[in-house]
Amino acid sequence: MTLENITDTASEHEGDTVWSEGGGWLDLVPRWVQMLFVFVVFVALWDAVTRFGFVSPIILPSPLETLLDLIFVGKNIFTGGYMLGALWITLQEVFYGFLLALFIGVGLGVIVGETAFGERAIMPYLVAIDTMPKVAFAPLFVAWLGFDIDSKVALAAFIATFPIVVGTAAGLHAADTNSRYLFKTMGASRLQTLLKLKLPMALPQMFTGLKIASVGVMAGAITGEFLGGGKGLGELIRTAASQLNTPRVFSLILYLSIVGLMLFAFVSWVQRRFVFWHKERVHAGGE
Amino acid sequence: MPAAAALSPTDAPREPVYQLSHVGKTYARNAVTALDDVNLTLRKGSFSSVIGSSGCGKSTLLKIMSGMISPTKGRVMLQDKPVMGPRRDIGMMFQQATLFPWRTTLENIVLPIEIRDGKKAAKAAEAQARALMELVGLKGFEDTYANELSGGMAQRASICRMLITEPAVLLLDEPFSALDELSRDFMNMELQRICTSRDATAFLVTHSIPEAVILSDVVYVMKPRPGRVAEVVEIDLPRPRTLDMMTTPKFGALVEHIRSSLDKEAFV
Repeated sequence: MTLENITDTASEHEGDTVWSEGGGWLDLVPRWVQMLFVFVVFVALWDAVTRFGFVSPIILPSPLETLLDLIFVGKNIFTGGYMLGALWITLQEVFYGFLLALFIGVGLGVIVGETAFGERAIMPYLVAIDTMPKVAFAPLFVAWLGFDIDSKVALAAFIATFPIVVGTAAGLHAADTNSRYLFKTMGASRLQTLLKLKLPMALPQMFTGLKIASVGVMAGAITGEFLGGGKGLGELIRTAASQLNTPRVFSLILYLSIVGLMLFAFVSWVQRRFVFWHKERVHAGGE
Repeated sequence: MPAAAALSPTDAPREPVYQLSHVGKTYARNAVTALDDVNLTLRKGSFSSVIGSSGCGKSTLLKIMSGMISPTKGRVMLQDKPVMGPRRDIGMMFQQATLFPWRTTLENIVLPIEIRDGKKAAKAAEAQARALMELVGLKGFEDTYANELSGGMAQRASICRMLITEPAVLLLDEPFSALDELSRDFMNMELQRICTSRDATAFLVTHSIPEAVILSDVVYVMKPRPGRVAEVVEIDLPRPRTLDMMTTPKFGALVEHIRSSLDKEAFV
């Protein structure tokens, strides 16, 4: 980010008498080349470690093994194999978990951020629950909701709710005194002030919360599967790990991360559409 | 708009629009008298200013006049009805333009109508908003989002937003003090032009003596502890005012008079 800013301001002064800033050859290399370089170095080191027997192949598979397994898993998914079914189940858990967290999170956030009672009497409990290790609730959710996807949805939502509550509640305080004063002089009702002033003002912070939630919801769904069984990708990872099939673990994690990345990118995309007026550099996926 | 624009000071005084008599405000919590016995009359089409150091009760006065807080003493009458809360015949403008960046300029301007009468009425008010935009020189920026306007343009838009409900009185809370001095002088002249063409009754709160003098028919000098009007200065410079008048001896004398009046007690 800072690097880009520097080059931005530099180009504004083109033709000015400025001293050239030394050591700028790296600026001339495209970003994707630099990223590729890091990737190649990483894979080379990985390959070296496995090739020369520093680590047992059971613990760490070679890059080639992992790649072959990636292709195998990919083929299975795209030809509608059993892994597609598992992926579908995990996707549902993530989707419903996120949706649930969105509704509960925004609802609680509005209560806590908008009402004095919520801020005084409810917020302390939310903070207390938030500090608990939420993953530890997984066995409870299984006991309450069973081994089906419900318990995973619950854990995913449970983890993802808090950042949305915090983002919404904090965002509702973002409206400045002048704007509130103006709304009062216009005779706006409390609901009008909330809908037409405070919530729009809160959107940037709400989306920050949503992005954190989109990462948390994945972790919640997978942890739920680890601890509560089911038929999702998390269960496949657990099975593969117990069979010491480490290449499979690696490739499943990679496919999972693609799902997570897509959710994050989707939230960022929605943010860019709805909060077009907020000049924030979104850190997702480059550009 | 009525063509009473070229109002000369020799005309008979026009009817009062806004009247405050014996208005006082005491904050019970710390027994502070923020305002004591304020009397003022804003006549139709007149421009009045209030000037004073901080703590003199200017903002309390403005809050009472905008219906945001109630006085503890006295009568506050706008168009012969007591001010009991926010009213649509009160227009307000602040130091910050407070436009909302998720709305276009046009949508910002019709916001007071949208809040008071709903979306349909706001849609119907768009023609009027376009006319106002033309009046303030914002034509062509209807669909520009508010955060893309410059400071001066944003304040023009907020003038339109203030005027859209056709208020009887305009309350201006240091409207151009966030602008640089050149734009500020220019916007003050624009404000005069707009007020004249609308025959508006305006009340300006300011920290700048020259600004108060160049714009006003009457300047209320306020002093703190307790907040009160210490002097009422009539400004009999001819209208329309021009920036050139700021170099005349008469203007200088008026500024000097107000300055010394403020100084007398400012450091006691």
